[in-house]
Amino acid sequence: MANELFHKLGGEAAVNAAVDVFYRRVLSDDRISDFFEDVDMERQAAKQKAFLTMAFGGPVNYSGADMRKGHAHLVARGLNDSHFDAVVENLVASLQELNVPAELIAEVGAVCETTRNDVLNK
Amino acid sequence: MTQLHLNEATYQCEAGESVLDALTRQGVAVPSSCRSGVCQTCMMQAAADANVPRAAQNGLKSTLQAQNYFLACVCHPTEDMTVSLPDSSDRLLPATVTAIRPLNDEILCVGLDCPSLQDYRAGQFINLYRDAGFSRSYSLASVPTDSYLRLHVRRLPDGRMSNWIHDQLKIGDSLHISAPVGSCFYLPGAAEQPLLLIGTGSGLAPLMGILRDALNREHSGEIHLYHGSRDRAGLYLVDELRELAEHHPNFHYTPCVSSEPATSGCKSGRAVDVALAEHPDLAGWRVYLCGNPDMVKSARKKAYLAKAAMNDIYADAFVAVAS
Repeated sequence: MANELFHKLGGEAAVNAAVDVFYRRVLSDDRISDFFEDVDMERQAAKQKAFLTMAFGGPVNYSGADMRKGHAHLVARGLNDSHFDAVVENLVASLQELNVPAELIAEVGAVCETTRNDVLNK
Repeated sequence: MTQLHLNEATYQCEAGESVLDALTRQGVAVPSSCRSGVCQTCMMQAAADANVPRAAQNGLKSTLQAQNYFLACVCHPTEDMTVSLPDSSDRLLPATVTAIRPLNDEILCVGLDCPSLQDYRAGQFINLYRDAGFSRSYSLASVPTDSYLRLHVRRLPDGRMSNWIHDQLKIGDSLHISAPVGSCFYLPGAAEQPLLLIGTGSGLAPLMGILRDALNREHSGEIHLYHGSRDRAGLYLVDELRELAEHHPNFHYTPCVSSEPATSGCKSGRAVDVALAEHPDLAGWRVYLCGNPDMVKSARKKAYLAKAAMNDIYADAFVAVAS
């Protein structure tokens, strides 16, 4: 079913369009941009692409363990629910900017929500 | 089943198996992470005549694609391939010093004749070896049609290599260099695309190569070069660049000084700030950034936020070492 969402959104082309809009928003958002300092931008963009592919239900499959490991150092720096919400908010705004229908955006949001506890190492 | 040739050994790749899986299964350590063609950790390089499946280059910069780099985790070969891990290509080439001339008080132009180096891309860098265990990276300021390689070497306060070059290196001396590496170079195609070149200090070196390469290939889009330094004494090749701008109406040169007021033909401020103020919307531009690592890092972000596409931002891959 998730894969269906990926195709409804337009597959890889949609991910490529969304990552540009989304990552620019994230880097410009003072609430969360600090978490993106001191990283290689291109590697980070590749990670954003992997994240969006996952959020869209596409063929990149993170395990919960990967999510926990990948974010542990950020949780140590204070990553919490408010930051998670800010990222989701930026993703929703990006998809709205790209004229994605509201019901698909809601589906993407639901996929993101399933990762909250792993991302925040709860 | 196909065969993979790596470091003079041969490995079997089963039908449907990726290069990464095949090599890993047979005991070769290849760094990898996502195994989905996304993270680019497992990048390898194929021989020039290899037939690299297109899907294995998806997402790589065009400059890397042109050099036959590919992602091992999503590469399913259809015929035998000769491949290498990127680090193993660091073989040494003998070179002779053919020219040494000052460009300003702290930067020397060093000319090197290297007969075994037939081809490179303007803007790439080499590693220069003082002896087998001691090397530093320098960008090439020349273009392949020049009669010798040119480096711009800035004297660093505690720079063992740069002080040696400034104080002891002589015309006629022999030394060794690596084959050119790096993906910050001009690629023909999209001749009408505007180009923004921003450099500080001796970061002008690769930009000179990129600029001359673009002009030689009749790039028709606007080309803007911003070269920054703290003071006027740090600028160099000013007359040459002004002359190029006179001969090429699409080329614009703006020297910038950050700690002095603007004087004739020179703007006050950091090169990246002056450039972004004059070009706030970089959608559709190609951007080249060379020089101080902090400048490159911040300029990369600023250019991206000004809507330059990530794949259209090229930057020096190495960081200067001070001692």
